Amino acid sequence: MSEPFIKLSGVRKTYKTRGQEFLAVSEVTFDVNIGELISIVGPSGCGKTTVLKILAGIHSHEEGTVSIGNDTNPFDPTKDIGMVFQQPLLLKWRRILENVLLPAEILGLPLKESRERAQYLLKMVGLEGFEKKFPDELSGGMQQRTAIARALIHDPKLILMDEPFGALDALTREKMNLELLRIWKESQKTILFVTHGIQEAVFLGNRVIVLTSGPARMADNIAIDLPYPRLLEIKTHESFGSYTRHIYKHLDME
Amino acid sequence: MNDISKTARRYAWIVLVHLMVVVLWQFGVTFSGIPDYVMPTPEATVLSLGEDYGWVHNTFITAAEVFGGYCLAVIVGVSLALIFNWFKIIETLAMPLMISLNMIPKVALGPLFIVWFSYGVDSNILIAFSICFLPILLTMERGLKEVDPDLIDLVRILKASRWQIFMKIQLPGSLPYLFSGMKVAVVLAVAGAIVGEFIASEEGLGYLMLQVQVTLDTAAMFMAVLLITLIGVILYGLVLLLEYLIVGQNSKETSV
Repeated sequence: MSEPFIKLSGVRKTYKTRGQEFLAVSEVTFDVNIGELISIVGPSGCGKTTVLKILAGIHSHEEGTVSIGNDTNPFDPTKDIGMVFQQPLLLKWRRILENVLLPAEILGLPLKESRERAQYLLKMVGLEGFEKKFPDELSGGMQQRTAIARALIHDPKLILMDEPFGALDALTREKMNLELLRIWKESQKTILFVTHGIQEAVFLGNRVIVLTSGPARMADNIAIDLPYPRLLEIKTHESFGSYTRHIYKHLDME
Repeated sequence: MNDISKTARRYAWIVLVHLMVVVLWQFGVTFSGIPDYVMPTPEATVLSLGEDYGWVHNTFITAAEVFGGYCLAVIVGVSLALIFNWFKIIETLAMPLMISLNMIPKVALGPLFIVWFSYGVDSNILIAFSICFLPILLTMERGLKEVDPDLIDLVRILKASRWQIFMKIQLPGSLPYLFSGMKVAVVLAVAGAIVGEFIASEEGLGYLMLQVQVTLDTAAMFMAVLLITLIGVILYGLVLLLEYLIVGQNSKETSV
């Protein structure tokens, strides 16, 4: 067994606001192997986003160690992270294809190949034929698909998703969950998926990290032993129910 | 096809309503017996162009003041907004001052400008400039700031340079704001130039209005107001055209 791709050990971070210390996360310890899809679930204020931002290198941390990359999969913090937020954050003056190309432009990747890859990715996320549209002409779900294609354009090893479907309606969200599993399988990326939806976390992840608030700490790390490809039917499966019940117990229903 | 006929019908209504006002005005004045020096007919207003008032020269002077003051305001407003955005320390120091300046009714500065720069086209350009540059500065400054912090995070991960962030995100994002400020500034620039001419000048449409007021040639005053309005409309049209060329399709979202 090779070294894990990501190793977090005893990570702790506090924020200071008006002289008061505020604990964002603590006791965060988990490993991620290459190609895993890990859900991170918890209530608001539990530090889910903070963990992602520490991994992305945008936030620092005071205690613990974070390492990404191993011998077989070296990691470049500039080129190997694709990020998707709750809002699509598309540039509304750029067409869909040009929006997907933004990271490639910033990294200075060859334009011709990037355009071809963008076409391919738009096809993969189900947006073939929308390359020339402006973001305003697309639905919320389609905008978020564009954001996913943009996160993949520079072929990063790690995709960080911060409640990417939180702003979508329930039906679109379920559809996007299925899409994400398909994209994950097709792109073979390592994905960390932050959500406050317990069902969503269990449905997507091969493992679920549970964070609790007050005090903010990591409460559990559960392997979800449900076979892929997963279809919506598994939500009625008995073991799916026992996983969600187990997580509910961690979060103030304890 | 349907869209085109809809648009055509909308414009037809606009033209029709204006024509109706002109017709009502013509007949209302004729039949009510209001004297010409109180309310001239549209006909008399147009005929006043035949008088030897130097219409072309005066219109040209006022237009030069409006356009001069306006262009200066755009150049200075945008430059200051960029400087403020690039050098936070300057912004911290100067922004409160700018907001206080914005509170001053610039029209009240007119007499001072005359004292400082004497009267004439140059000082009227300055008055037009001073009255319309702050909306441009303030909207542009705001537009440059309106960037989602998550988006900044997204490009910071990619180690985007400050210049890349500015060119690819901040600047294009600020343009709709800038154009909304520029539209407000059109009307202000016209007002500034006319106020300057009212206070002290020897040419321009505002000057002409004061001259013909003495002889109660109200029709000529009406004509002067129409020409002043026309200058503003042309400038506004140019700004809309520029917006369409630069911001393009996206402008439908933000235009008033």
